[in-house]
Amino acid sequence: MTGTEPIRLLDEAGEAVVTAENEQWRAIADELSTDDRLAMHGEMLRTRRFDVEAGHLQRQGKLGLWVPSLGQEGAQVGAAWAARPQDTLFPSYREHLIALHRGVDMLQIIDIFRGAAHGGWSPTELPGMRIYSLVIATHALHATGYAMGIGLDGASGTGDASVDEAVMAFYGDGAASQGDASEGLVFAASYDAPIVFFVQNNKWAISVPSTRQSRFPLHERARGFGLEAAWVDGNDPLASFAVSRRMLDEARQGRPGYVEADTYRMGAHTTSDDPTRYRSRDEEEAWARRDPIARLAAHLRSLGVDDAALAEQEQRAADEAADMRRRTLEAPAAASDDIFDHVYADPHPLMAEQKAALAEFEASFGSDA
Amino acid sequence: MQEFRLPDPGEGLTEAEIVRWRVRPGDTVAVNDVLLEVETAKSLVELPSPFEGTVEALLVEEGQTVEVGTPIIRVAGGDPGEVESGKPTEQSVEPDASGGAVLVGYGVRGGAETRRRKPRTVQQPPTQAAPAPAAPAPAAAEPVAPAEHRDASAPVLAKPPVRKLAKDLGVDLRQVPATGPIGDVTRDDVQRAAQAATPAAAPAARTAWTGGREERIPVKGVRRATAQAMAHSAFTAPHVSVFTEVDATRTMELVKRLKASDGFAGVKVSPLLIMAKAILWAIERSPEVNSTFTPEELVVHRYVNLGIAAATPRGLLVPNIKDAQELSLVDLARAIERLTLTAREGRTPPADMQHGTFTITNIGVFGMDTGTPILNPGESGIIALGAIRQKPWVVDGEVRPRWVTTVGGSFDHRAVDGDVISRFVADVASVLEEPALLVD
Repeated sequence: MTGTEPIRLLDEAGEAVVTAENEQWRAIADELSTDDRLAMHGEMLRTRRFDVEAGHLQRQGKLGLWVPSLGQEGAQVGAAWAARPQDTLFPSYREHLIALHRGVDMLQIIDIFRGAAHGGWSPTELPGMRIYSLVIATHALHATGYAMGIGLDGASGTGDASVDEAVMAFYGDGAASQGDASEGLVFAASYDAPIVFFVQNNKWAISVPSTRQSRFPLHERARGFGLEAAWVDGNDPLASFAVSRRMLDEARQGRPGYVEADTYRMGAHTTSDDPTRYRSRDEEEAWARRDPIARLAAHLRSLGVDDAALAEQEQRAADEAADMRRRTLEAPAAASDDIFDHVYADPHPLMAEQKAALAEFEASFGSDA
Repeated sequence: MQEFRLPDPGEGLTEAEIVRWRVRPGDTVAVNDVLLEVETAKSLVELPSPFEGTVEALLVEEGQTVEVGTPIIRVAGGDPGEVESGKPTEQSVEPDASGGAVLVGYGVRGGAETRRRKPRTVQQPPTQAAPAPAAPAPAAAEPVAPAEHRDASAPVLAKPPVRKLAKDLGVDLRQVPATGPIGDVTRDDVQRAAQAATPAAAPAARTAWTGGREERIPVKGVRRATAQAMAHSAFTAPHVSVFTEVDATRTMELVKRLKASDGFAGVKVSPLLIMAKAILWAIERSPEVNSTFTPEELVVHRYVNLGIAAATPRGLLVPNIKDAQELSLVDLARAIERLTLTAREGRTPPADMQHGTFTITNIGVFGMDTGTPILNPGESGIIALGAIRQKPWVVDGEVRPRWVTTVGGSFDHRAVDGDVISRFVADVASVLEEPALLVD
């Protein structure tokens, strides 16, 4: 599964790639009907428009920070569709499509970046969708530990993929350099944990190229830890789906895996970053031609989907982004005492004391001006 | 009427330079239309409009550095009422320009002041009629402009201890000119206001020389980069400069003819173009001048990334034309035009400024005859194109008016010696004298 080329089912023009080697992957992708593929395209568009609008809001002072996922929608939509309902997903902070796919409201993501919420949503309300991790790679450990727990509970490994649980942890090529990421691989392999590490190699860890951080291909590195590993064209949604589905189904039987998705961060690392300082326009233009959304759209047309259906998706995505903008501008400021409510699971006297002290302090200024 | 305050386009940035306005008063803008470009310590970014409506006034000028939170543009029309429902709660310290919710950032950053603020001058909030020029006034010298732009009903920004001080001193915060980094009233502002309330000394006479005996301009951005590059180059590469005067009449005639020719329609043709071509021609004959000297080796480049020094709103930039040796005359003309236009707009991407191998500085446009330019670090040669003027010149024993210029240049003597330098400069001069040499 780790040849000289990443696994690919659609080429850059959206044409089907048919080879003897990719037959097993084509068979898995065949599970996706044309309607499924159209829906995947809709999710990518929806994420893109949301993403761009959020970038504007940051430049208008409404968000403290924004993290664009432009260009990585293809890798994400494949993984999102590959995960089964019982699976638990641990995102880092750029997995907007994953979050939206699992039912997170756009405003819940926005709340994190406008400083109004620490998590945005509660995993108890959205089972299987953990909150964003802004600390790089810590969740590789959380996810591995959670997967080990699934194994200990006997909730995986029965041989029935429709009920056996698995975990998917999302991070990038930069996070792969963190110690936590490697520890996660060690424990996953040692305990046969039902987990897949889905690594989007978007080529840049802020300004450091992945080739500098990883002298050896990341998927090869994972094999060294004893995991099954696959290398997939991350801008090919169908290949991403097929590989993720297979790896997850292997993982739920106790064979942890690692997917390196070959993709590209088309935007800045965050709104605080200026990529023109470290990468060339030629490189950006070369990857713009490999935009995963355009690729899937071309594929859909070849399946007979008419332009009207795609235009309708475009319009719906634009409307939803505009609605997100309106709701963001109307959203109330964060309540300052929220922070005390989520430190401990149960009421805690020290937190109650601190909460009261803050309220008293704020009240001491009266209501002048 | 809505005002857009300069947001923090990065994380924890406190100021930005207004690089270029993309709209003018009277323009109609839609939400997310680009209004302007600003340069922060981190990057050059475009700011999209949060409103729709008609631009009423630009409140800050290009070139000005303004604090985050400063109103920068006023837009009439639109529907500010729509966002009114999200009125900030009491704890918010930043009134949103649109009258909408305070969402993030500024409130928290008041606390960041002690961590990040460096002692520097404070830009006064410009009034609508006459935006202040970029020259900063020392903060403590005198109260800065009264906050005329402030909407009387808008909440005043001030930290709680400052509010308490104002209360104790009987000062109405709404009447105090704010000089804080986010347009907030500071402790000093309150104390000044309290003193001003007592009978004041006669105001100092205002002349062009007011504002303190020294003006202190922070060295940063392009200025800092230029300073480092020039000092590094001047004190590592032993510069040798040579000059030669030349009759460039035929170059002027060629420029005139090219301008009129169909092949160059719509392309800017200037003596600089012929000079660039002359340099490329001469480098082919003396490749050593197109090199990089390191203590271990002399790297002679088999390509020319030809830099053109440009005075831009951001300062001195030297973008270069990659592989200029491959370009035809018309393509070279287009490349120069594109390069200088982009530089003048302040939009030169860093990649365009890297890996230069040779530079031209066109000081003739400033009326100078010649000079001793300092090498762009990493390069071994730089040529100055001086002004081209009509002068008496001896042709065939007779004095005639001719178009004369001086070709001057500096070279890294570690890399090249006098013979090579002289041959190279003479070659350049000979092409200006007889551009027909360019025809192989």
